[in-house]
Amino acid sequence: MLAYIVRRLLIAIPVIFVSTILVFGMVSLSGDPLSDFKFTIKQRNSPAIAAQVIAAEEHRLRLDQPLPERYVNWISGVVLHGDFGPARHLNGSIASNLGERMLSTLQMLVLAMVLALFLAVFVGVISAVKQYSAMDYAFTFAGFLFLSMPVFWLAVLLKEFLAIRVNNALGRTVLFTIGEETPGLTGGFWTQFTDQLGHLILPTMVLAMTSYAAWSRFQRSSMLDVLNSDYVRLARAKGLSNRRVMVRHGLRTALIPLTTVVAIDFAGLLSGVIITETVFSREGMGRLLLQGIAGKDVYVVMAWLLVASVLVIVFNLIADILYALLDPRIRLD
Amino acid sequence: MTEPTTGPTGEPTSEPTRELTPQPLSGAPRVEREFTVQTRSQWSMVLRRFLQHKAAVLSLALLVLIAIAAFAGASLWHYSYRDLTGDYSKPPSWKHPFGTDASGHDSFAQVLRGAQRSLEIALFVAIAATFIGTIAGAVAGFYGGWRDNLLMRLVDLVLTLPAIAIAAVLGHEFGGRASGWFYIALVFSALLWAPMARVIRGVTLSLREKEFVEAARALGASDSRIIFRHILPNTVGPIIVNLTIYVAVAILAETALSFVGFGVRAPDVSLGNLVSNAATAASTRPWLFYFPGLVIIMIALTINFIGDGLRDALDPTQNRVRS
Repeated sequence: MLAYIVRRLLIAIPVIFVSTILVFGMVSLSGDPLSDFKFTIKQRNSPAIAAQVIAAEEHRLRLDQPLPERYVNWISGVVLHGDFGPARHLNGSIASNLGERMLSTLQMLVLAMVLALFLAVFVGVISAVKQYSAMDYAFTFAGFLFLSMPVFWLAVLLKEFLAIRVNNALGRTVLFTIGEETPGLTGGFWTQFTDQLGHLILPTMVLAMTSYAAWSRFQRSSMLDVLNSDYVRLARAKGLSNRRVMVRHGLRTALIPLTTVVAIDFAGLLSGVIITETVFSREGMGRLLLQGIAGKDVYVVMAWLLVASVLVIVFNLIADILYALLDPRIRLD
Repeated sequence: MTEPTTGPTGEPTSEPTRELTPQPLSGAPRVEREFTVQTRSQWSMVLRRFLQHKAAVLSLALLVLIAIAAFAGASLWHYSYRDLTGDYSKPPSWKHPFGTDASGHDSFAQVLRGAQRSLEIALFVAIAATFIGTIAGAVAGFYGGWRDNLLMRLVDLVLTLPAIAIAAVLGHEFGGRASGWFYIALVFSALLWAPMARVIRGVTLSLREKEFVEAARALGASDSRIIFRHILPNTVGPIIVNLTIYVAVAILAETALSFVGFGVRAPDVSLGNLVSNAATAASTRPWLFYFPGLVIIMIALTINFIGDGLRDALDPTQNRVRS
C-alpha cells in the first residue's frame, strides 16, 4: 500500500509540473497584463516619467524577462520559498491571501460534499430498492432537473424564495444571502457560530444540489447491480432479514464505486465553488480567481490554478486508496 | 427505464451477426429467409427501443420544436433582438410575450436569438470534443505503449483543470471579440474531450482483442483501416450517448461562464448572458430572469432525457433486470 501511494505521488509530480508549464504559458501569452495600467499612467504623466514607471512595474512583475526565465524564476520561488510571485492588487502576499480564503472555501466544499453524499446515497438506494415505483420516477425526474439547472439560477431561486420566506416566517434573519458573517457582530462563541452557519447554509445547499443529482443516479445503478447479483440472492435464500440483506450485503458493496465518481467530480465542484461564491458574495478562493482574472493579476491566477490542480490530484489519490481499502478484490501491491 | 420488449428475433440473433460483420453501420435490412421471422437490423432495433422510452421521445419532440423556434423563429417574429421597442421594463403581454428589458429590447426576440447562439456553441463543442476525444481514445487504446501513456497523461492533466477557471482566463481575453462565441466554444472543446477519450479508450481496449480485428489484420488491413472501419463503428453507442450529454454540459458551462462575466458579451446574445444579466433583477423584473432560465433548463433537461433513452436503446445489456 505504502509503495503504491509513493508511486502515485511520484507520477503526480510530473503531471503537475507539465500542467504548470502549460498554464503558465497560456496565462502569460493571453495578453499584456499591463495594458490598462500603461494607458492610465500615460494619460496622467509626461512620457519620460510614464516610461520609467512602466519599466519599474514591468521589472517588478518580471515581464522584462523572457518567458522561460520567468517560468523558472516563478516555479523555483514556489517550490523553494513558498513564494507565488508578485501580486498587483492584493494586500499581503499571494500565499497568505490564498491560505485565508482556502479555509472558507474548503469549509463550504467539504460540508457540501458530505451533504451531497448523504442525499445521493439515500435517494439512490431508495430508487433502486423501489425500482419503477412512483417514488423512483419522482427522484429520477428531480435528479434530471437538478442536472439541467444552471448553478446560479438555483442559487437565485433559493435566495428569492426560500431565504426570504424562512426569514419572514421566523421574524428574524436566519438564512443569510451575502458574505460569510454579519459585519461588526459581537457576542460569544455561540452567537458567532450560528451566524457563520446561517451564512453557510444556502451556498452549501446550492453546491450540494449540483453534484447530488449525478451521484444519486450513479448510486441507483450501482445498487441495482448489487441487488441483482447472486450473492444477494443467496443471502435472501439463507433467510436473512430484508434489512440485513439491504444494509450489510447490498449497500456496503454498492457504496464502493461511488468513491471514484466523487473523486472525478472534484474538479467540477471547484468550478461550482467559483459560481456559488459569486452569487453569495463570499470571499473565498473562487472570488480570488475572478478578481485575479479581471485585474490581470497573472501570478494570482497561476497560484490559484496550481493549488486547484494539486487539490484535485490529492483528492483523486485519496479516493483510489479508499477504493482499495474498501474493495478486497483490489490489491495494489 | 422502460424494459425493452424485443421482437420475436430479439437480441440473441443479432448479437453474433454484429460481431461477425465488421460493418454494422449499413442500415439495410437483411434478406428474408424462407420461413423464419423477419430479421431486424441493429439500427431498427435501436430505433424500436428508443421509441419505447416515452420521456426520451417526448423530449426529442420538444427539443426539435425549441431548435426550430430558435433558428427559424427569430426571422419570423416581428421584433429583432436588436430592436429598441420603446417599451421599457414592461411585464409580459400579448405584444411582448416575455416582456421587455430596461433598454426596450423585446425579451422574446432576445431569448430566440440567445437560444440560437447557445445551441450553436453547444453543438460546436459537442462535435469538436467528441471528434478529438474519439480519435485520441481510439489511438491510445489501439496502439497502447508510449502513445497510450502520453495521451492518458494528457487526459489526466486536462481533468485536473477546473473548466470554468480556464475558460474564464481565456474568455477574458478572447470573449470580447466580434466572434467571441467561437473562441469560447473552442476553449470548451479543448477541455471537454478528455472524458470522451477515456471512455473510447476503454471500449477500444476490449475491441482490439476481438476475433474480427484479428481476422481483419490477417487479411492485411492497415492500422488506420482497422481503427476506422472495424473498431470505431463498434464504439458508436458510447459516442452518440456522450455527444448528446455534451450538448447539455456545454450549454450549462456557457451559462456559468457568462455569469462570472467572461462568456458571450453584448451586443451578442446567448441564453447565458441574458439570464446572468437579469440575475440581479430576479425580484423586480422576474420575467427577464425566469424565461431564459426556463429555456436553458428545458434544453438541458430534454437532452439529458434523450441521452438516457439513447443509452437504453444502444446498450440494452446495461439495463436488463434479472428476475
